[in-house]
Amino acid sequence: MAQYEKHEYDVLVIGAGGAGLRAAIEASAEGVSVGLVCKSLLGKAHTVMAEGGIAAALANVDERDGWKVHFADTMRGGQYLNNWRMAELHAKEAPDRVRELEAWGALFDRTVDGRILQRNFGGHQFPRLAHVGDRTGLEMIRTLQDHGIHQGVDVHMECTVVALTKDEGRVSGAFGYEREKGRFKMFSAKAIVLATGGVGRAFKITSNSWEYTGDGHVLAYHAGADLIDMEFVQFHPTGMVWPSSVRGILVTEGVRGEGGILTNSEGRRFMFDDIPELYRSQTADNEEEGWRYTQGDRNARRPPELLTRDHVARCIVREVQEGRGSPHGGVFLDIAWIQEKMANSAAHIRRKLPSMYHQFKELAGIDITAEPMEVGPTTHYAMGGVRVDPDSQMTCVPGLFAAGECGAGLHGANRLGGNSLSDLLVFGKRAGEYAARFVKENGAVVLDEGQIEAISNWALKPLESQTGDSNDNPYQIQYGLQEMMQELVGIARSEEGLNDALSNIANLRHRSENVIAIGNREYNAGWHTALDLHNLMTCAEAIALAALERKASIGAHSRDDYPDKEEPNTKKYNTIVRKGADGEMQILREEIPEVRTDLQEIIEEIG
Amino acid sequence: MAAAKFKVWRGDANTAGFVDYEAEVSEGMVVLDAVHQIQAEQANDLAVRWNCKAGKCGSCSAEVNGHPKLMCMTRLDDLPLEKPVTIEPVRAFSHVKDLVTDVSWNYQVKKKIKKFNPKPPDFEDGTWKMQQEDIDRVQEFRKCIECFLCQDVCHVLRDHHLHDNFIGPRHYVYTAALEMHPLDTENRLGDLKETDGIGYCNITKCCTKVCPEHITITDNAIIPLKERVVDQFYDPVRKLLRILKPKK
Ligand SMILES: Cc1cc2nc3c(=O)[nH]c(=O)nc-3n(C[C@H](O)[C@H](O)[C@H](O)COP(=O)(O)OP(=O)(O)OC[C@H]3O[C@@H](n4cnc5c(N)ncnc54)[C@H](O)[C@@H]3O)c2cc1C
Ligand code: SF4
Ligand code: SF4
Ligand code: FES
Repeated sequence: MAQYEKHEYDVLVIGAGGAGLRAAIEASAEGVSVGLVCKSLLGKAHTVMAEGGIAAALANVDERDGWKVHFADTMRGGQYLNNWRMAELHAKEAPDRVRELEAWGALFDRTVDGRILQRNFGGHQFPRLAHVGDRTGLEMIRTLQDHGIHQGVDVHMECTVVALTKDEGRVSGAFGYEREKGRFKMFSAKAIVLATGGVGRAFKITSNSWEYTGDGHVLAYHAGADLIDMEFVQFHPTGMVWPSSVRGILVTEGVRGEGGILTNSEGRRFMFDDIPELYRSQTADNEEEGWRYTQGDRNARRPPELLTRDHVARCIVREVQEGRGSPHGGVFLDIAWIQEKMANSAAHIRRKLPSMYHQFKELAGIDITAEPMEVGPTTHYAMGGVRVDPDSQMTCVPGLFAAGECGAGLHGANRLGGNSLSDLLVFGKRAGEYAARFVKENGAVVLDEGQIEAISNWALKPLESQTGDSNDNPYQIQYGLQEMMQELVGIARSEEGLNDALSNIANLRHRSENVIAIGNREYNAGWHTALDLHNLMTCAEAIALAALERKASIGAHSRDDYPDKEEPNTKKYNTIVRKGADGEMQILREEIPEVRTDLQEIIEEIG
Repeated sequence: MAAAKFKVWRGDANTAGFVDYEAEVSEGMVVLDAVHQIQAEQANDLAVRWNCKAGKCGSCSAEVNGHPKLMCMTRLDDLPLEKPVTIEPVRAFSHVKDLVTDVSWNYQVKKKIKKFNPKPPDFEDGTWKMQQEDIDRVQEFRKCIECFLCQDVCHVLRDHHLHDNFIGPRHYVYTAALEMHPLDTENRLGDLKETDGIGYCNITKCCTKVCPEHITITDNAIIPLKERVVDQFYDPVRKLLRILKPKK
């Protein structure tokens, strides 16, 4: 018999980042009992690392902004593969969600007239990101955390869910281990909200932490939900490239929003060399105009450094491949140059970008107020994920909801900076609200001991044998996967490479099924890594399969063998990954429904 | 690449001690990288907390060569590598395993501090007017990443174990952020004096010295809170003046 501690909730939220916390707050405000589980300590989720800001059309800095412009920007950035209903809800509700944070104690930077200040970011036509220097995520997660702990939510920190259970088609609970003693916990729940974040750990160079192993994606997949658009993995253009031990750590887009420029080894601002048609009329055609834009000139157009992330990342790769990169294989990002334009530039940079200043000073020995940084693309964000109903965030599995980065639809083929934090708030709230409603409308669930027993046995398997091939430890398999994914499923993809990747994944999966974790159950990182491998493999396979399916280069997905944006005679579609009846992964396509007429008019009007 | 020697604290609450390891050192490496290398190659079950690897989440607190540090922000080339680098867990809380300690006390303490309670909004859309200069000080406090290094060095917790009567510098920073928040209407001064033990702090400033976020914990948070407590409870005239003047 499996040994476990049992907990019972109406709603269980898995994940305590912005989406999970917001969902938990909302569900408990609806009067149902709520449990919240997270792998790390409270307040350490990815959301804490977000730097640049939260996108919301508050129109505090430029009154020409409004939800319609935000909606049109989001759709354009996503190459119109977005779920338009989600894009609509997001643009309409984000301002209220930001104001609500202020009512819960958040202190955003201010405009001169005492309102929430907003900054420029790539792909947003107007200054739109509410922020606190470059530590916006910290402000957001702390506000939600400090508000949430007084809402009667039961928090289980350092507890990792490894599987969901079902009761005749409906989710019935989640099974996990607590890190400290390695003991099992079984959470019975009438509704479950997945808010587990992304999958960046499938790649070698990433801004993501050990937590991002795609757990929610895989929990949903095995429970019978669909994953959509998994091929769209965002490579953020500016990660640190040197020293090698910090490679991948994020350099916020805020640097470019504040006037930072990208140059190659010849000192050329190469972003002016390739401006996509879709953005030509919105983009500055000379350096002076670009600078004026960053300083708030309302008649200037934005500099090409603030084009969308997919495009900027590809331009950087081109410069490096053609031999015009920086010494450590990136390009230069220069904010120090603004000293030509302002007297007290060093103090200005330190005030606007304090954590970037600190990060480069301490980790790379570089003073960004005086010297350029070296940057290159880093795996950052999963646009793809669990398919949900746009209004309720429920998956096709009754009682199972998903929100935040592990959900999908809002961002289409490419996410705009700042649109994630707002996504967490808008759809975290909705998921909590609808999960509570589901609980009220549906009866109790029954747990099935057989399912629990099987999960428990599976989870203990890596610990069973304590003698094995020490060259094949969980970390080595993870590194193997990361290297391979980086090379074959990274920024530039091809049919040959992707097929190669799929057979590599099959091999790695085989190795991971027999992996051994040395030691006992107590806070055993090797054991945890061994169990995570299972999720990484499934996500890697889903990404590679979807990438193979999409025979085009659009948004964050680029195929060397299919450089065109569209496939001949094909309407816009989503890729769908689903677990087949035979247990194998299936890939299919589904046409995207026509945009509602009034929304289509907005797109055409705003352009 | 050169190798360096490390002494890493291993074991659990029952038996623990230093274990020697060697790791390859490359340019720019931080202590956390060495720990990860040791974990991946020699000690798969080594327990360590980390998340952001960029000084933003406050997970990787430890004592490196006896100094409280974030491991992800401590570069090996700033340490004398001719002798072994010692890495130990923070000591103000009970030990769990290897580099991990039980910090749950901090979460319990925080929950007991009266929550933010704003005055009614200034505008119809539910927002308030606040000037940047009115929030600068509180923004400093809100930089806290909850690494608990300040708690680790405070002698009231570390040496005197007054966890039941003293909330520690992190939570004075938190209380100060609430008390000095331009919108807050709550009063936490009674709690500070009675249950939160602010009187135990004798302003040694050890907490300020280790704060990786460079929050001026003692001068900007603790001393002003102590003054407010004194005003309210020991000095009727100043208390009266404070009541007549706006609180914040
Ligand atoms: C460095 C960096 C900077 C960024 N800057 C910005 C920005 O400026 N603006 C913006 O909009 N976006 C930004 N992003 C993106 C944004 O921060 C993330 O997409 C977002 O925070 C994700 O939030 P979330 O709530 O979905 O997940 P997270 O905040 O990552 O939380 C996931 C939670 O799920 C838990 N979890 C995962 N798996 C399990 C499991 N199996 N069992 C139990 N719990 C589990 C984790 O422990 C964690 O608590 C940035 C991202 C990074 C990495
Ligand atoms: S100043 Fe006070 S709170 Fe800080 S370490 Fe010294 S005694 Fe502790
Ligand atoms: S006040 Fe400073 S040292 Fe203390 S927990 Fe916060 S960041 Fe860490
Ligand atoms: S890992 Fe986040 S502070 Fe060190």
